[in-house]
Order: sequence, then structure tokens, then C-alpha cells
Amino acid sequence: MIQIVNLEKAFGDNHVLKGVSASVSPGEVVVLIGASGSGKSTLLRCVNLLEIPDSGEIWIDGVDVTAKGVVKHEVRRETGMVFQQFNLFPHKRVIDNITLAPKKVRGMSAEDAEELAMDLLGKVDLADKAQSWPHQLSGGQQQRVAIARALAMQPKVMLFDEVTSALDPGMTGEVLTVMKELAADGMTMIVVTHEMAFAREVGDKVIFMHNGVIVEEGPPSDLLANPIHEATKDFLSKVL
Amino acid sequence: MTSIIDFLTDLILELLLLIQTIKDIVNWELLIRTLPRLLEGAKISLIISLFAVILGVTLGILVAIGRLSKFWPTKALASVYVAFIRGTPMIVQIFIVHYGLAELGIRLPAMASGIIALSLNSGAYMGEVFRGGIQSIDMGQTQAGLSVGLSPTQVFRYIVFPQAFRRVIPSMGNEMVTLTKDSSLVNFIGIAELTYKATLAAARTYEYFTMYIGIAIVYFAITFVLSQLLASLERRMGPDDSNSQPGKGLRR
Repeated sequence: MIQIVNLEKAFGDNHVLKGVSASVSPGEVVVLIGASGSGKSTLLRCVNLLEIPDSGEIWIDGVDVTAKGVVKHEVRRETGMVFQQFNLFPHKRVIDNITLAPKKVRGMSAEDAEELAMDLLGKVDLADKAQSWPHQLSGGQQQRVAIARALAMQPKVMLFDEVTSALDPGMTGEVLTVMKELAADGMTMIVVTHEMAFAREVGDKVIFMHNGVIVEEGPPSDLLANPIHEATKDFLSKVL
Repeated sequence: MTSIIDFLTDLILELLLLIQTIKDIVNWELLIRTLPRLLEGAKISLIISLFAVILGVTLGILVAIGRLSKFWPTKALASVYVAFIRGTPMIVQIFIVHYGLAELGIRLPAMASGIIALSLNSGAYMGEVFRGGIQSIDMGQTQAGLSVGLSPTQVFRYIVFPQAFRRVIPSMGNEMVTLTKDSSLVNFIGIAELTYKATLAAARTYEYFTMYIGIAIVYFAITFVLSQLLASLERRMGPDDSNSQPGKGLRR
């Protein structure tokens, strides 16, 4: 469903992605791991074109989204993203955070959008917070709203960029639970995380990145338990 | 320590004396008699200020968008415009619009010239106010807006601009108050606004002090009401909670 072919990206002299190729099948949960600066977040942000790769191709459902003439915001409708910092819109109530894009991008009526939003808020267990303002919610609650907001566009794939890293330890559980449920529902997901327990339990495939290249990939049971490469062993010994 | 207290006591006594003197020198009876004519002038001042504020804010938003644009001609145009307005006296700008354009064959009524000149002036300063406001909104907001499929224009309209607007109300208010006071300058192109009326009345009665104290009070009343209106607008738009986002300190 997603094919990444020989992707390269540099910020000035800093070569962040040095020819990365990967594939994601429908319904698959791919977990990207690696040290800070290994390029995993950049790779994720290339998939929804928040970063534009210097070369290489990204195919989503048979369309090369890096090709000339592709409208970026049309690609982004199909790729939901959740950020480390939540990035809820502070001037909008929870429900309006969720209904904005379906109304403005999909042209959904206000009633339909609200019905959809309430349904999604129910899924993330925050139906009672629909009329709250983002700043009235805890970090974990905000992040769950952010997930509902991304799901409201009914994306083909969900991208998670270290979504629990900015949370207090007590709040990571509620967010991970929502993500597990999503995975169980068959959502295609690419997850950048440092939560190795999540990778092991939910991931179908783990990709280890180091210095801008994919060093090793495989099912979590193999890669996390019996890493082959030195860099992988080194990284895992630090985080496990 | 005692010398400071002595100094302050003296200062307060001097001030009280000054207020007493002003009270005695001002011809209150004349001022009250002239007040209807002054208020007529105040009406003109208000009309000019109102138009200039509305046009200035509109222009300011366009200037801010222009300066933040990636398209270099708009960026250059907006920058040159702001630099020119900031680097020249307002009275000169008013004269250029009224007398300068007249020489080129564009003869505008004084009111139109006044409003245009004030709007052009205000637009540059408002532009800087809005640019600062827009730039202060976290990049994460733009990215979140883009990530749900909004176009860049929609992100600006629904996400960035409303937050920036809320944040610049205080500085926008300052600019509005300044503009209202500066509207007194258009009396130099013969618009019968507040300062003009006061000058006329003063010349006729030789009561300069009375008249200028009188319009000082009127200007103050206008700007005071304006400040209160802006403060209530700020309260109505709710708290600026952008700083209470958990995890902000962890931003890379």
C-alpha cells in the first residue's frame, strides 16, 4: 500500500535520509525505532509531505506522491498524523478541532461532521469533553483528541510521531491503549516510538534506523530479541 | 531617605499648585459655551479615525501577508512601503497625498486625502503588528492544519490568523489610539476637525490655554473609551492559552 523507494533528504549539509526504501502493507503496523537524529521522524514526515524529499519516490495506493503536479494537501487528506506536541488548535473547542477538516476539506455538513466527531470522541473515551477547550485537558486527553482529529478525515494510513514522548509517564498508557485498539481495527499505521513494549506487542514489523539508513527490519519477535547488526544491538541494549 | 521623601512631598505640592493654577487660568464658562462647536469637530475627527482604523487594519493584514510571502515581488513591495512610511514624518505624508498628488492632477477633497494618508500610515504600522503576531504562532499549528488536509490558505484563515489576531489586540489597540491622536494633524490641510475648531476659537478669543486644555480633555475621553472597548474585546475573546499547553518546554 505504501512503497518508499530510495528516499533522500538533506537539511543543508546534514544528510538525514541516505536512500531509504521500505514498504507497508494494508492493515500493517510498522514501528520505526532508532536514536534521535537517525532520520525516523523525517522519514515519517516525508510520507505526508510535511517534508519534501530531495530524491526518491513515495507511492501511496498506486500514486507517486512525490511526482510533479501532485497537490500536497490532497495527499495529506489520506494520511492522518499525530504529533509529539499534540498541536490541538487552542482557539477551538475539542469538537471544533475535529470537525474543522471534514467540513472545510470534505465539505461535510455541520450535523454529519459533529456526528462523526462524537463517534470518534466515544472511541477515544472523551465524549464528555466535546465542549471543552484544549487547555482544560490533560496531556493524555489532548493527545487522544489529536488522534480523533486525524481519524476524522478517514485516512488510509495513520502516522504517529513520538506521540507519547511529551506526556507524563502516567498518561502514556491511555494513548497507547487507543493506538492498540486502532491497530486491532485494522488501521494501517507507521509509528515512530521509543516504547519498545508497544513495538513488541502491537508491531507487525519493526524497522531500525541508524544515521539515515535502515539497518535492519523484521518482525518484533526477531528483531527485538535477536538483533543481527552491531548498531541495533547497541541501541537495544540502551533502551530495553 | 528623608531627602527623597522631602523631594516627593515638594513634587506633590508643586503638582497640586499647578493643577490649581490650570483650574484658575482655564476659562470654564467660555469652554462650555464653545463645547458644541468643539464636539462638531470631534465628530469629524472620529469619522476620519474610524475610516483610517478600518482601512489601516485591512491594509496591515495585506502588508503582513505580503512581507511573509515567499513570492519576492510582494515581499519587496511590502518591505519598501513599510520602510518609507516608518522613515518619513506623518505630516509630510499628509502633504504629499493632498498637495503633492494635486500637482499631478489628482485633486482629492481634504477629507479623502486625510483618510487616505492616515490609512496608509497606519497600514504600515499595523502590518508590522500583524507580522509579529503571525510569526509568533507555533509552526506546529501550521503543520497540524496541513496534516489534516487543509490547504495553506485554509490553514492561514482558520488556524493561524485567528490566533494571531487574538494575540495582537493589545498592540493593535496602541496603534489605534496613536492614530486617533494623530488625526489632529489633518487640520493642516484644512479639515475642520477637533484641533482645527479649537485653533479657530482660540484665535478669536485669545484663550489658547482654555481651548487646548479643552480639546486635550476631549481627545483623552475618546481614547479612554477606545481603550476600554479594546480591553473588553480582549476579555470577550477568552484567555490566550497558547502558553498553557503541556509539554511546551519539551519542544525541540
